[in-house]
Amino acid sequence: MKKYVWFLLSLCVLLTFAIPVCAQETETQPQDTAKQIEESSEIAQNIAEPTEAAQPEAAKEEKFDVTSLIMGHIKDSHVWHILDYTKEENGQEVEVPVAVPLPVIVFANGHLDFFMSGAFHHGHEAVTKGDNTYILANDKIYLANDKGGLTFQNGEATEAMEFHESLEYLEANAEAEIANEKPLDFSITKNVASMILVSIILLIVFISFAKAYKKNPGRPKGLQAVLEPVFLYVRDDVIYPNLGEKTDKFLPYLMTVFFFILFNNILGLIPFFPGNANVTGNIAVTMVLAIFTFLMINLNGNKDYWHHTFWMPGVPVFVKPILAVVELMGIIVKPVALMIRLFANISAGHIIILSLVSLIFIFQTIAVAPVSVIFVLFMDCLEMLVAFLQAYIFTMLSAVFISLAVAEHKH
Amino acid sequence: MGITTIASIGAGLAVLGAGLGIGKIGSAAMDAIARQPEAAGKVQTAMIIAAALVEGVALFGVVVALIA
Repeated sequence: MKKYVWFLLSLCVLLTFAIPVCAQETETQPQDTAKQIEESSEIAQNIAEPTEAAQPEAAKEEKFDVTSLIMGHIKDSHVWHILDYTKEENGQEVEVPVAVPLPVIVFANGHLDFFMSGAFHHGHEAVTKGDNTYILANDKIYLANDKGGLTFQNGEATEAMEFHESLEYLEANAEAEIANEKPLDFSITKNVASMILVSIILLIVFISFAKAYKKNPGRPKGLQAVLEPVFLYVRDDVIYPNLGEKTDKFLPYLMTVFFFILFNNILGLIPFFPGNANVTGNIAVTMVLAIFTFLMINLNGNKDYWHHTFWMPGVPVFVKPILAVVELMGIIVKPVALMIRLFANISAGHIIILSLVSLIFIFQTIAVAPVSVIFVLFMDCLEMLVAFLQAYIFTMLSAVFISLAVAEHKH
Repeated sequence: MGITTIASIGAGLAVLGAGLGIGKIGSAAMDAIARQPEAAGKVQTAMIIAAALVEGVALFGVVVALIA
């Protein structure tokens, strides 16, 4: 009897993971997207019977916008959006967003301004601090033009508008190019907040493991029993075969990279609040990781490494300059490949899962729901594998490149 | 509406390349495991690594298609 209970419980948890992804709304439209919102919030509340909860509403006026849903999840934002719910207000159903406003730190015209993004009211208000007026449009912060609004670029011509006018224009033409200046944006956005959260988790988890290991070097318990074998596997089967005696010098960096990427990937797969931030699927984050690997490789390169790069021994003299160019390109391309591999794998996974769940809303029939949910379950399992695999591949390739740079050649 | 441009055709071609590559890797791994079942663990690890690298290359193509 107990086995059945566990099985059903885990099935419910898995289905809960799959369904609430679609409950994320990106832009708040205080008008009539009520029907689509009702559907998704119903589903989000209904844990055990997701397929029956996808009741199709009567003919919808508005088409479900898949692209904006997916892009809203993939892109970074100044507000950590949790969910929307509808409520009756003056006889009309209004969509109320529940979100965590994050701090905005911008630097423009010599002033460093600091305020909470709640002041933007999801883009419906401009914020003025001192001489600078900031506008939030398309998840980016712009400096307002002289009229107090946005300037749009139509081919060659620019059109400066006032604030409310420009907001209406932007709603009508979502593709409009905005030609305002942008301040330097140091805000704590969703990705930054998620990275800080993951860093805190990493610190707490591993410092406590280290203490527990010192105090009790016997058999570990609990979370330590799960993560210690992973740690030892990475050290003994990935890093040590490549680096040999120099393992201890590079172990802190490589282990940090591995667990940072792993925890961020896993958190990105969780569809509700502290998760759901697409950190490793953001090319800026993976670029920084690749830059760290690039610095580790080249700052630790020994004389043989640079000799081989610029003047490869063992080839005819006329080939050596060509090889030097190729090797130089290789020094840049290898970290770039690391960056793109991680970014594309994680982003593509998120896009696929969101698209599969959105299938229910596009077709608006209950018949799609079981197919969609099973597909999403399968893709979620695949994404868990990809989460581990990408962290492993990044670490392994970094270890290999570092080993190539610090290898001692006996001529 | 989907993207009906050359970019999506390019992405499809990249996926084609990935499918072929990973298929070859899988088939070689199957042969190796059939020859020597004791080495299945090592073969499987190597297969997964090679598959991830090939997929990385295919995803370069997808990224370029997305940018376009």
